[in-house]
Amino acid sequence: MRLWLPPVLLAILLCGLSASMPALEPLFQWVQPDKQQVVYERESFLFLLQNHLLLVLISAAVGTLVAVAGGIFATRPSGRDFLPLVSQVASIGQTFPPVAVLALAVPVLGFGEAPILVALMLYGLLPILRNTLAGLEGISPAVKEAARGMGMSPLQVLVRAELPLAGRVILAGIRTSVTINIATAAIGSTIGARTLGDPVIAGLVNGNTAYVLQGAILIGLLALTTDSLFEALERTWDRRFSPQVAV
Amino acid sequence: MIELKHVTRRFGSTVAVDNINLTIETGEVCVLVGSSGCGKSTTLRMINRLLPHSEGEILVDGEDITTMNPEQLRLNMGYVIQGTGLFPHWTVARNIAMVPQLLKWPRERIDARVHELMTLLDLDPAAHANKYPQQLSGGQAQRVGVARALAADPNILLMDEPFGALDAITRENLQLEMLRIQKQVRKTTVFVTHDIDEALKLATRIAVMDQGRIIQHDTPENILRRPASEFVENLVGKQDRGLKLMSLRPVRELMQAHPEPKIPESGAEGLKEEDSLRLALSVMLWQDAQQVPVFNARGEETGVITRERLIQEGA
Repeated sequence: MRLWLPPVLLAILLCGLSASMPALEPLFQWVQPDKQQVVYERESFLFLLQNHLLLVLISAAVGTLVAVAGGIFATRPSGRDFLPLVSQVASIGQTFPPVAVLALAVPVLGFGEAPILVALMLYGLLPILRNTLAGLEGISPAVKEAARGMGMSPLQVLVRAELPLAGRVILAGIRTSVTINIATAAIGSTIGARTLGDPVIAGLVNGNTAYVLQGAILIGLLALTTDSLFEALERTWDRRFSPQVAV
Repeated sequence: MIELKHVTRRFGSTVAVDNINLTIETGEVCVLVGSSGCGKSTTLRMINRLLPHSEGEILVDGEDITTMNPEQLRLNMGYVIQGTGLFPHWTVARNIAMVPQLLKWPRERIDARVHELMTLLDLDPAAHANKYPQQLSGGQAQRVGVARALAADPNILLMDEPFGALDAITRENLQLEMLRIQKQVRKTTVFVTHDIDEALKLATRIAVMDQGRIIQHDTPENILRRPASEFVENLVGKQDRGLKLMSLRPVRELMQAHPEPKIPESGAEGLKEEDSLRLALSVMLWQDAQQVPVFNARGEETGVITRERLIQEGA
């Protein structure tokens, strides 16, 4: 249970800070004495946080689904021919900077939530795909050979052996993907999505450091919360499926 | 019974197994022996359809295996491989229970069976049932591999160099264990190895393979006495044959039995009835003795074996 304490505490801190940002006005007044308005008020922080999270969650869910399905397909006998192509796409795709992905999405999808969502999905599925491939390919051939030789059907081998064994690596891929996407979603504010990037962009445009700080702190906290959540998830996974590495 | 009739397997243009005929009778241990790349593992993997055969027929108990569901076929064949292939995320007990679980046995029956098999393979259930494969030694892991293969009491046991990766002492222990278990369970066994000594020790019949063909299929004794070709002769070790023949026969066959078993003096040393003649010779040479007493399983002295008789009739 102690495992889940850090993510829960961080989540409480994150929500509390989002709700009570106006109460911290004196503090920001001290940071930015020359401005009249020091707390971002165009949207409530809670709304921005919620929207930001929603974007990341949807893109992570879709990305995970597509990437894991793609990874499984490329490692089946019928999809083997695609394996080199798929793993190259997964690797090369990651060398694209997120900003470039956004810049490319705008002409096609216009401004707003849609392009950022598409960009996050596409960009986020790459680390998951790469890890799914690594996880499935990393399983000892003897295990798969024995499983099949003992009479398991291909589906049983996948569900009972391959996915539990590769799961830890896939989970690490999802963690990377979500963490990157939390940052990338903030950039989405530049193309009209309502995210925690809004105060940062507004602060940069108006020269208001207090705005920048408010957005940055919340984005940072969100990333920390998610990361510690995954940390706890991975530890739980270890206890359940790979006890040999659990301490 | 397993029958291979004119079976051929090609990989692209190379012929891995070339028109072989092999009949393995029920309850016998057939060892396929040969150097790596001779097609012995390919042959084994065709029997449980992990590889399809290109030509010919394979019959199990008279039924063509291509007409059977491959999973059903394999569920009735134990399969042991060199790297054990135990599931690292499952406990020893769960690994052994794998096939019974696939066959949907009731829980109590599975538990009882796992316990029975661990005892049979000399693994303490209390100490090892809840361990994970990584926590076992190589020998223990392979014991679990054998237990897993025997779990649902299949008629056929396929073993692909199961003891190949173990050290010499562990390997020998497991070979003895296998002989003991085979006496109890009498599985039709196909065993692949490159080690001719292992083959001679375990087999009821040996099939020597080279370049995808079966060169000779015969009992260990006949393989030693009448090798079919120079290849087989070299494989069994031309000049080593005398001792190898001796290691096939138990002391019981050449000992001079006492009219009645005697109770030996305490501390008396000697041979057991099932020890090989080779061991008897070694003991005699070491002790510089003309004869050595032989004891039965109860520790009674049932006879003696003399050096003279051993030299005359040993091989």
